[in-house]
Amino acid sequence: MSLDPATVRRIATLARIRVEEAEVATLQNELNGILSWIEQLNEVNVDGVAPLTGGAQMTLRLREDVVTDGGYPDQVLGNAPDRIGDFFAVPKVVE
Amino acid sequence: MLTDLTIEQARAGLRAGEFTAVDLTMAHLHAIEVLNPRLNAFIDVRHDRALDQARAADAALAAGEARALTGIPLAIKDLFCTAGVRTTAGSRILEPFVPPYESTVTANLLRDGAVFLGKTNMDEFAMGSSNMTSAYGPVENPWKRRQDAAAVLVPGGSSGGSAAAVAARLALGATGTDTGGSIRQPASFCGLVGVKPTYGRCSRWGVVAFASSLDHPGPFSRTVRDGAILLGSMAGFDPKDSTSAEMPVPDWEAACARSVKGLRIGVPREYRMDGMPAEIEALWRQGLDWLRDAGAEIVDVSLPHTKYGLAAYYVVAPAEASSNLARYDGVRFGARTDGSDLRDLYERTRASGFGDEVRRRIMIGTYVLSAGYYDAYYLRAQKVRALILKDFTDAFGQVDALLTPTAPSAAFGQGEKMDDPITMYLNDVFTVPANLAGVPGISVPAGLDPNGLPLGLQVLAKPFDEATMFTVAAALERAAGFEALPTLRAGGEG
Repeated sequence: MSLDPATVRRIATLARIRVEEAEVATLQNELNGILSWIEQLNEVNVDGVAPLTGGAQMTLRLREDVVTDGGYPDQVLGNAPDRIGDFFAVPKVVE
Repeated sequence: MLTDLTIEQARAGLRAGEFTAVDLTMAHLHAIEVLNPRLNAFIDVRHDRALDQARAADAALAAGEARALTGIPLAIKDLFCTAGVRTTAGSRILEPFVPPYESTVTANLLRDGAVFLGKTNMDEFAMGSSNMTSAYGPVENPWKRRQDAAAVLVPGGSSGGSAAAVAARLALGATGTDTGGSIRQPASFCGLVGVKPTYGRCSRWGVVAFASSLDHPGPFSRTVRDGAILLGSMAGFDPKDSTSAEMPVPDWEAACARSVKGLRIGVPREYRMDGMPAEIEALWRQGLDWLRDAGAEIVDVSLPHTKYGLAAYYVVAPAEASSNLARYDGVRFGARTDGSDLRDLYERTRASGFGDEVRRRIMIGTYVLSAGYYDAYYLRAQKVRALILKDFTDAFGQVDALLTPTAPSAAFGQGEKMDDPITMYLNDVFTVPANLAGVPGISVPAGLDPNGLPLGLQVLAKPFDEATMFTVAAALERAAGFEALPTLRAGGEG
């Protein structure tokens, strides 16, 4: 599997990272290099193997479904690049 | 010099009143002032805050209320959120970020009386093995090649600033994080002890996430016992991290004093790689001899899927990173680059905020998780991950611990291994499997290469058996008698 320029642009769009046209060829080379190196995983027989999501051999804990935190909007908004009142502000989304 | 003390010695000296916590902190702040402009180990030094903490430590000492780390000056990797102190993760996108909360690990260290000197440099979002991807500039390894003292070497990565700081005597210890080797490899490059505990031992809460199933906080120190002291404070159950282990923290200092007599040490034959430098092979054999002389039994074992660890890692880690780093959107925190609409704002913010390596990994991760490729890449990598864990489980059915080299080379020069991403990735070939499996590992400085650069040996142990890991590591340390010093250090040259 080898990425073409259109796929590189599509990945960039999915990842929400602006990629300039002049960067596409370099990225295509680098990503293809990494992906073809990863292809070695195809040598491994994984028939009947259950996928492992993590090294932790544990079941997740449950707790009461109650609010345990919150009530400090100024801390939550303290790092916002832009805010209006107690809201994060972004460019207009709906016309 | 106060900066040459181990944590164990400093703790005793403070309690005996031989010097104060303010003396100790001032000595380190002075060393930072002299050497940091060159080493660039710290991104941010907190002089006044450190002295306030040192004065509080002296008050606690005077009141007889000293805790495990009262008055001990530490360096904190800039991946740990520190309340009111900027936390950048080595990235431009977090340049303005001041966390309103404290990570659990750093809160544990503060609870135990530690003094924080500042935040250390690192590869951007912990993605790198040389500290060259930091948005805040590279870090200089304080060690120099004997024949080529002018060459500037990397400290390893991603926790390169923490490693350089402890090696150069700018801090008595430091925190790091290890996702694929980011504590153990820089420890090996800088002649230090670096510990990656079992997954779940140290809370990830408040640690900027890279790959959540692989990220492990852990300490850097100059001795194995100091590593045990630091980890004892950092570790512990945390209900705020859903993967935190509800396990008691044993007395790891006591484990350092135990004998390896009767322990079975495995030698994984797959770690004998083609092209490995002869001195690393020789040091490995020497390490096995030391353990045999100390009464351990050496056993050949096989970890057959070792060679696939890196490739599996470079699917799983970017996949998790692409998901974790989706939060950097220029809306809630971090830097923003304005755009014509919201989507343009996202895309421009992320293009200007992330460096090349981070962008590459996000894109690889996005691709392997995308419709049509998920099974071929991500699911397959997770199955290989299961086989790697099984390798360890089988091996630990026969032995108590494994001994391997930490890294396939000594520290290399800034700018080397930069030609293509995979050359850099190969640094982590011996360390990545332990992250995939979640088993604990430690790097111990064991010898020098022909250039006079430090080399580490790695001890891996069963999940939650850090005690045996510390026992074996301490035995190696005693046998190695590693006393070499880096060229650039407090009170030394420079």
